[in-house]
Amino acid sequence: MTERRFMRVRHDMPPGHVRTPAYLRGKTGWIERTLGPFPNPEERAYRHEGTPLPLMRVRFTMAEVWGEAAETPTDTIDAEIYAHWLEPAEAPHAP
Amino acid sequence: MPHDHHDHVSPSGHPFRPDNDHPLTYWQQMEIAIRELLIEKGVTTAAEINAQIVSMDARSPATGARVVARAWTDAAFRAALFADAASAVESIGIDIGGLRLIALENTEDVHNVVVCTLCSCYPRDLLGLPPDWYKSRAYRSRTVKEPRKVLAEFGLELPPSTTIRVHDSTADMRYVVIPARPPGTAGLSEAALADLVTRDSMIGTGPVKAP
Repeated sequence: MTERRFMRVRHDMPPGHVRTPAYLRGKTGWIERTLGPFPNPEERAYRHEGTPLPLMRVRFTMAEVWGEAAETPTDTIDAEIYAHWLEPAEAPHAP
Repeated sequence: MPHDHHDHVSPSGHPFRPDNDHPLTYWQQMEIAIRELLIEKGVTTAAEINAQIVSMDARSPATGARVVARAWTDAAFRAALFADAASAVESIGIDIGGLRLIALENTEDVHNVVVCTLCSCYPRDLLGLPPDWYKSRAYRSRTVKEPRKVLAEFGLELPPSTTIRVHDSTADMRYVVIPARPPGTAGLSEAALADLVTRDSMIGTGPVKAP
């Protein structure tokens, strides 16, 4: 298994059309696979062409997303996050 | 949860639906205005719009079931499906209209379930229109928080040894779950296998039928 590349979702709440779910902002996961490039939907929503951006499938553990409230900490959530929402990060907890 | 609504039932046993006598909403007026303009200007025709609605309504989970049955019987197709689902599906003559697709493999150790927390993204070309509960706030908010409880309400109890992977369909990709082939199906034809595949088994909220 290759080493996990951890990324943190930016903890921003900008106005407008955003496809980064609020419940994942500020959370750290690892890249499951890279997709795209696809045009940035935040620009397309306002009739711009949309800058082509890589789209990452990021995998989060339930423990990371919900903390103590996690139903089963080792279950996971995968979500597609545009590259400009991600910053490199350390592993959030012991694997 | 699939039946959260307690709709009124008429004496004849049909669900009660009020007549739509209310004035048009802003968006209904807007849709009609734009549609009429497009027709007047010759961009499209009423017949073309209707044909599109008919073809949208004609899509059904049977298409997805064909894909699953092929994945159960053809190892090369199965490998291609998990490498590049859209190309694999098109290679067996299914037109998915440019859909960007990822196939998710259920195994003894991993169970996949699909949700769109932002809206109602759904692989319509493979599964038809989504069920109403898929678009409900309850399904969308609870599936990422307590998937085991949600699946249990659908009648799907998974052992703690099975890892649940929830897939939030947030952007460009659509997802189809490829359930595990049930035991006792060794002699069945591909068509008979496809009959076992339910819509919910391809969303991840239900089992396949027993042979």
